Amino acid sequence: MKISLTVNGELRESEIEPRTLLVQYLRENLALTGTNIGCDTSSCGACSMHLNGEAVKSCTILAAQADGCNITTIEGLAKGGKMHPMQEAFMQNHGLQCGYCTPGMVMAAISLLEENANPTEDEVRVGLEGNLCRCTGYHNIIQSVLACAKGGN
Amino acid sequence: MSVYMPTTVDQAVALLAQNPGACLLTGGTDTMVEVNFNHLKPGTVIGLRLVSSLREYTITPQLIQIGAGVPYARMETGPLAEALPALAAAARTVGSPQIRAAGTLGGNLGTCSPAGDGLPVLAALDAVVNLRSPRGIRGVPFQDFMVGVKRNSRVSDELIESVSIAPTSGYQDYAKVGVRNAMVISVASVCLVHDRHTASVRVALGAVGPTIIRAREAEAWLATQVDASTSLPPDEAVAIEFARRVAAEARPIDDHRSTADYRRHAIQTLTRRLYLRSTK
Repeated sequence: MKISLTVNGELRESEIEPRTLLVQYLRENLALTGTNIGCDTSSCGACSMHLNGEAVKSCTILAAQADGCNITTIEGLAKGGKMHPMQEAFMQNHGLQCGYCTPGMVMAAISLLEENANPTEDEVRVGLEGNLCRCTGYHNIIQSVLACAKGGN
Repeated sequence: MSVYMPTTVDQAVALLAQNPGACLLTGGTDTMVEVNFNHLKPGTVIGLRLVSSLREYTITPQLIQIGAGVPYARMETGPLAEALPALAAAARTVGSPQIRAAGTLGGNLGTCSPAGDGLPVLAALDAVVNLRSPRGIRGVPFQDFMVGVKRNSRVSDELIESVSIAPTSGYQDYAKVGVRNAMVISVASVCLVHDRHTASVRVALGAVGPTIIRAREAEAWLATQVDASTSLPPDEAVAIEFARRVAAEARPIDDHRSTADYRRHAIQTLTRRLYLRSTK
């Protein structure tokens, strides 16, 4: 079947197998491999990306369900060779260890700050409850998000 | 698998009539996990994300109507949360922000798991489930809709369009026990609604029986003890006996998530807490 959606600001039209998951479509059809697949059950959040501006888990959405939607992935954050402030904050605050959860964490964190620009530490923890870090590096991830919210990386 | 993406309810109903037994999909938070694990192999999927009317709600003094495709995230805050605090409380316990941006009441109703977080709220509020088919709209009271574990009285050509709820006047809340805060399926849950208009206190229990259970005997007992047309008395003895009677109506089992004994105990504790909170 044919789908047409905007990915990182670019209109993409593709012929896909109807059963294709959104994350498979991004990774395999569009070669946007920054979005990782973790659990296939929407438990871990590694595949988080923005669907019409809101973080969702792309391993449990059919690509067909996103037809006509606006998608932003981790690849779409940097502008003109400059990282998004959240990416910069993760780098400055060592908000990653192995990095597997990082794209999903960053996408969830941006979505969180859009709803609550100045969260407390507890609110960040609750806001990121859908994202697991297998290195258990939560402390620095939370510091990164707080730093980004304060505008100082 | 073939996937259809209708944009109106009429198109969706027509597609469902042509493909009886098709899998209706909105958030996919439950169904797609089953598909990914090959537990479910739907031949036909009707995706409902593009049907904008399913994602709307209306609130009037007489009736609250919530489209089956309204995601939980929109119940957590805003007008729906003000009108239905118990639904907001239940919505906040669902999964994680990403799940709440996707999951819907229609999905909860379609799956009809006894642990579905929205369902005890619908039961306690005496919600009506509106089903649309080529024959028109059929309104089914929630208690007649859910008939067993993952079983409901929707027939194969009916689309869950919305739920209708009569506003109540008084305290309402939802409380849940799970093994951790986030991303957890309910071990036991309670919704309590106090309505001064109808002078009633209604309690519904989740994850402690094959269906959501309304504790009707305990509700009837409470009606002999307190005047629900006004503020409820903060009487500890009433709270304890009410909670004991509510827990007695639970029909929990031992399974991989918990034991029947623990579940009954949790129901008793949550009910006592909610009753006492309702008196504040």
